[in-house]
Amino acid sequence: MSLNLTHLQQLEAESIHILREVAAEFGNPVMLYSIGKDSAVMLHLARKAFYPAPPPFPLLHVDTTWKFREMIEFRDKMAAECGLDLIVHVNEEGVSQGISPFTHGSSLYTDIMKTEGLKQALSRYKFDAAFGGARRDEEKSRAKERIFSFRSSNHRWDPKIQRPELWNLYNSRIKPGESIRVFPISNWTELDVWQYIHLEQIPIVPLYYAAVRPVVLRDGMLIMVDDDRLELKSGETVQYRSVRFRTLGCYPLTAAVESEADTLPRIIQEMLLTRTSERQGRLIDHDQAGSMEKKKQEGYF
Amino acid sequence: MAHQSELIEKDIFAYLKSHEEKSLLRFITCGSVDDGKSTLIGRLLWDSKMVFEDQLASLEADSKKVGTQGGAIDYALLLDGLQAEREQGITIDVAYRYFSTDRRKFIVADTPGHEQYTRNMVTGASTAQVAVILVDARKGVLTQTRRHSFLVSLVGIRRIVLAVNKMDLIDFDEQQFEAIRSDYERFAASLGFGNITAIPLSALGGDNMIEPSPNTPWYKGPTLIQYLENVQIEGEDREKAFRMPVQWVNRPHLDFRGFCGTVASGVIRPGDELLVASSGRSSRVKRIVTMNGDLKEAVAGQSVTLTLADEIDISRGDMLSAIDAPPIHARHPEAYLVWMHEEPLQPGQIYLIKSATSTTPGRVTDVQYAVDVNTLEQKQVPTLGLNEIGVVRLELDRPISFDPYRQNRQTGSFILIDRISNATVAAGMVIAVAPIEPQKTGLSGLTPLVPDAGNGLLRRISLNEASISGIGVSVVDLTGESGSIEFSVSDSFLGYLGKGNRVLFSLRDIGQLQAVALMAYEHALSFEFDRTAEGVSILIFKRGIRSGNRVSDDGGTGI
Repeated sequence: MSLNLTHLQQLEAESIHILREVAAEFGNPVMLYSIGKDSAVMLHLARKAFYPAPPPFPLLHVDTTWKFREMIEFRDKMAAECGLDLIVHVNEEGVSQGISPFTHGSSLYTDIMKTEGLKQALSRYKFDAAFGGARRDEEKSRAKERIFSFRSSNHRWDPKIQRPELWNLYNSRIKPGESIRVFPISNWTELDVWQYIHLEQIPIVPLYYAAVRPVVLRDGMLIMVDDDRLELKSGETVQYRSVRFRTLGCYPLTAAVESEADTLPRIIQEMLLTRTSERQGRLIDHDQAGSMEKKKQEGYF
Repeated sequence: MAHQSELIEKDIFAYLKSHEEKSLLRFITCGSVDDGKSTLIGRLLWDSKMVFEDQLASLEADSKKVGTQGGAIDYALLLDGLQAEREQGITIDVAYRYFSTDRRKFIVADTPGHEQYTRNMVTGASTAQVAVILVDARKGVLTQTRRHSFLVSLVGIRRIVLAVNKMDLIDFDEQQFEAIRSDYERFAASLGFGNITAIPLSALGGDNMIEPSPNTPWYKGPTLIQYLENVQIEGEDREKAFRMPVQWVNRPHLDFRGFCGTVASGVIRPGDELLVASSGRSSRVKRIVTMNGDLKEAVAGQSVTLTLADEIDISRGDMLSAIDAPPIHARHPEAYLVWMHEEPLQPGQIYLIKSATSTTPGRVTDVQYAVDVNTLEQKQVPTLGLNEIGVVRLELDRPISFDPYRQNRQTGSFILIDRISNATVAAGMVIAVAPIEPQKTGLSGLTPLVPDAGNGLLRRISLNEASISGIGVSVVDLTGESGSIEFSVSDSFLGYLGKGNRVLFSLRDIGQLQAVALMAYEHALSFEFDRTAEGVSILIFKRGIRSGNRVSDDGGTGI
């Protein structure tokens, strides 16, 4: 008799099933590509789902203009390798207003550059389904998120009208203007993601690996100095430390952790031995209780 | 318990290797907050180190602010997600939790025990392999325990943990535990569970959660984690007949046509013969294609791409099946329906039925009865409202391929979608093909040569004197046949046709056409095909013979 399927094989199969359902049932799907490790896994799964054909949808990156430089290089390289169309969308309105995380605060900045930018892009290209790499284990309010998450025509998420999801039967019916956010890796944990990256040798942004990088200590967090837009406050000095990122967002909002983990097994080792969750390095989640839920209702991923 | 910290520190490669072999178990917990359900789940997460320090810090802060434990850690807050619910102090939906041990990764569907329980529990249970049903040791088996057990059995879960919680409050008394266990087993006997394991627990104190408790020396069974780590779940689906609903046809270029899908049951290997139930066409598997290379076999649960030896017409919604055990292909399933929407069922109204990868318009023609989830009594009702469960008959616009849910959860389940609002209004589980009133005589000729053990076996049907019911037209009714059929034909039967008489075959579905057509071919007979309100019928006759005594009444078939 054949060997039993491992948990990663089962998760992979479920994700591939979801990706194919969306491709089959929607007219104009898109994959939101955030360049992080979850996106890397999602993109890899999409390639597997449609092999030998390329995935039948483009990638969309909502560029806040505050991404780490290495992320942008990596993004362009991956899109080219996979033979996928890459749409990069910037909220030009936000740029012309000079919105920055330093002067406007993380909350307003995220709202305008990320959430608004995303909504603009989805509306402009009339995408009816958008894949996202969110996982249910990331945050409490995500635990109840559907795999097919229904959004109204103004992109709002309403917890009261989400559809029950049974077996592997997904209801993909929408009216014109409405859309569905789809989370193919909902059931993966952070450890699953890392193990899968390791097993399948999926390329990830080098920032995940420890290296000596310039950082400043701000509010108890290590903020990397990625370019000269990071203005030093009085008393702050640039230090060179061996750091890495457990999660990648916008560079002034995502803190690095001190680490020597420069290989995948060492990253996993560090993750298993650590006692803080990955989103802890993201400043936006600390703004207020239920903050992720508020953002989701407004259209954040 | 979960992560061997020492191994992680000393030999991460050995650790990773061992964790690549883990399996996955999905289970559901049923019970109310009062039963200590949140404490139980919180404990499993905590003990498997899935609660991080920053989450604990925010939990501590939340416990002081909105907790119900007088400032002490309130595990329910760890589990509740949505702010509106949190302020009202209730959970209103299904939440999924994750933890893992060295042997398995677990996905827990956490569902509330309040008035929306039916919708939420059925949703959470639909993907679960095991149900943990909590009872308070002081209260024993309650109405809600029966309710939860019925719903779990309805959704096809066969393995039950009866978690008798709060044993500390009855001084770990063996007699009381045994009384609850036998009480439950007596009640559950009719629900068809394969296996019930009762465990005396204190989630709060950790008794029999991970390690055997010194407080229950009389208990020799597994702890909760031991049970969850060891319960056999693998291999079940792959022993069933092969099924793969086609999701997507992959055509990157003219030389490649792959059929993508998730294997719902069984095993498939290159060279295996497959049947497309909707068309009756068959072919052989050429390759099982994946990005990591071709596979020698694919088993239930895997998402694969198959290429076939022949160019046959297959599209999304078709079901590939084992050649010797095809699914039912019919328009009239009878099914359990769990109504999930505020707007009640409108019998006769068109809904969309999504089953596997096919979406078909159809209607509920008849509500047979509803089941009271508290008493399990059947009652006559005109329709079904929110959270009501009933047995209904459906009529689909065209036949679809499915199996009884009891035999196959993947191919026997469906959802009902409102065409206007697009809401998912109900979940369905096929019981069988709805029995159709025998319209005609002429059934006596059906002599099974193979014992009828349900779907899967080939039935040989004898066509002889007994099949002939009169001059003009005789009727052979095949609507009661659910599996594959073939015919053996007697000389007297052929002689009957040779005299200009005709035989009308009433088919259950179009999938039976092949067998009838093959019989006609082999005996140089001709046929006419018709689709009527009653279904599909085939009129067999011998061409070139002038019929002398044809009756004018053709049975309403219009032929």
